[in-house]
Amino acid sequence: MLALDRVSKTYPNGVEALARFSAEIRVGEIIAIIGGSGCGKSTLLRAIAGLDRASSGTVTLDHEAISSPHAKIGIIFQEPRLLPWLSVADNIGFGLADLPAISRREKVARALERVGLTEKAQAWPRELSGGQAQRVAIARALVPQPEVLLLDEPFSALDAFTRRDLQDHLLDLWADTRPTLILVTHDVDEAVVLADRVLVMRPRPGRLFDQIEINLGRPRDRNSPLFENFKRSVLTSLDRSLDRNVPDRDATQGPGHAMWW
Amino acid sequence: MISDAPVLQRSSEPAESAAAPSRLSRYARPVLGLLLPLTLALGWELVVWLGWSNGRLVPPPSRIFTTITDLTHSGELVRHIAATLWRVGLGFAFGVIAGTLLGAISGYWSLARRLLDPTVQALRAIPSLAWVPLFILWLGIFETSKIALIAVGVFFPVYLGVMGAILSVDRKIVEVGRVFRLSGFGMIRRILLPAVLPAYVVSLRVGLGLGWMFVVAAELIGASEGLGYLLLDGQQLGKPAQILAAIVTFAILGKLTDWLIEIAAAPFLRWQDAFGQAKGA
Ligand SMILES: Nc1ncnc2c1ncn2[C@@H]1O[C@H](COP(=O)(O)OP(=O)(O)O)[C@@H](O)[C@H]1O
Ligand SMILES: [Mg+2]
Repeated sequence: MLALDRVSKTYPNGVEALARFSAEIRVGEIIAIIGGSGCGKSTLLRAIAGLDRASSGTVTLDHEAISSPHAKIGIIFQEPRLLPWLSVADNIGFGLADLPAISRREKVARALERVGLTEKAQAWPRELSGGQAQRVAIARALVPQPEVLLLDEPFSALDAFTRRDLQDHLLDLWADTRPTLILVTHDVDEAVVLADRVLVMRPRPGRLFDQIEINLGRPRDRNSPLFENFKRSVLTSLDRSLDRNVPDRDATQGPGHAMWW
Repeated sequence: MISDAPVLQRSSEPAESAAAPSRLSRYARPVLGLLLPLTLALGWELVVWLGWSNGRLVPPPSRIFTTITDLTHSGELVRHIAATLWRVGLGFAFGVIAGTLLGAISGYWSLARRLLDPTVQALRAIPSLAWVPLFILWLGIFETSKIALIAVGVFFPVYLGVMGAILSVDRKIVEVGRVFRLSGFGMIRRILLPAVLPAYVVSLRVGLGLGWMFVVAAELIGASEGLGYLLLDGQQLGKPAQILAAIVTFAILGKLTDWLIEIAAAPFLRWQDAFGQAKGA
């Protein structure tokens, strides 16, 4: 279990990016974090990844405090961040350097097949489309079998069609080993398609505003009325998070709010 | 001085019209480039052959060629080439070693950069040939001062290239290394070195170019052998064909050694846009 206990981050320039963020995330749960730009989503994710230390508060994975990058935690960024001097296959195997070459090659081959890029194994990253590159990044992060996978707006640079394709693909890959997923997004549709639970944040300082359980089976039909309902709840909550007159933790969702939309 | 850096970073040529003319231009371009010098050379050859000029000050290509073959047969040319190559080689090696080490230190540790870089930049502002009298006083007029001068010429572009390359390594890529928990050594080997390599190769080529420039200066100042000596000797004895023969040899050697660096680096830079394709102009 991943536990965030009053995680706060104040940058050296005095910006209070994150204030007392607490949450408990179950193994295998898919969390979407949504909120306006600058409300501390990336800051939170980087603290969980151990890339930046929190100013106060703790992140613990199975009771182990996280303060630097951890073998069980993977992260995917908005950009694929592939190493341009390595082939697609070598990029995917980047995190497996400790493994003997044979089992590494085996795992890479399986991952390539899983993301449908087998014929691109020897291509250079610059020869890939944006969607293909991000699939390689996903494969690279998943191949060491992390228990927690963090994704910071992973699909936001892609066109709508590719984005949908990758959302479905991500769920498919997730089903293989069911890691915990924490996905930052600003796309309500994406949050509702993927998440078991949507956390809504509000800015200045960045903090948790609301949680919405998405009690929908999978695969989810983007056009069902139930799906629309959940989307509306998230949108309403998001809208209220931006309204300064709404106090924190006043987030009882009623049909009344939905009327706004 | 550094302006004539080989342009390696060019991101793929501007798409060369369509499919049909691209074949023509691939072969036509170098040929077109050769047209002017070849025409001039042949023209001059003809002018001298017809007796319209005696070609004493500007010898025709055939006479330059004869000079080169004569020098080759007498073993003179090989001796001069060996002397010059030796100087360039040593000066280049020292310059590259010093430039790489100091450049890496300055790029990697910001404290070292703050200590070191202002001094290096100040020294760089001095035209390198201004060192010549001092080097001769300190190191004598023989090999050491020549090699030192060449090394100084090579040092600056390599230092700047290495430092700049390290400083401009994409932090986002470095973060990938952190996510995969690379050690300091692993980070250098698997992230920094490959990231820095293209700029490093460019700086080596610029450095080598300067090395060739400075060997001429060093040998003109005083030498009993070397291609630069051949130049000076040709001037003093009024043998323009010998001067031109030396110049042609310089050009060939310069191009050849530059090409060696390119060939040696090519396997490591295949991932780059500019290599493999778009290598025309
Ligand atoms: N390295 C940094 N130094 C100073 N301020 C930062 C830094 N990174 C982010 N911030 C500030 O912290 C706040 C939250 O940023 P971020 O976590 O990137 O938000 P989000 O990802 O939700 O858009 C913003 O106000 C941003 O300007
Ligand atoms: Mg962000």
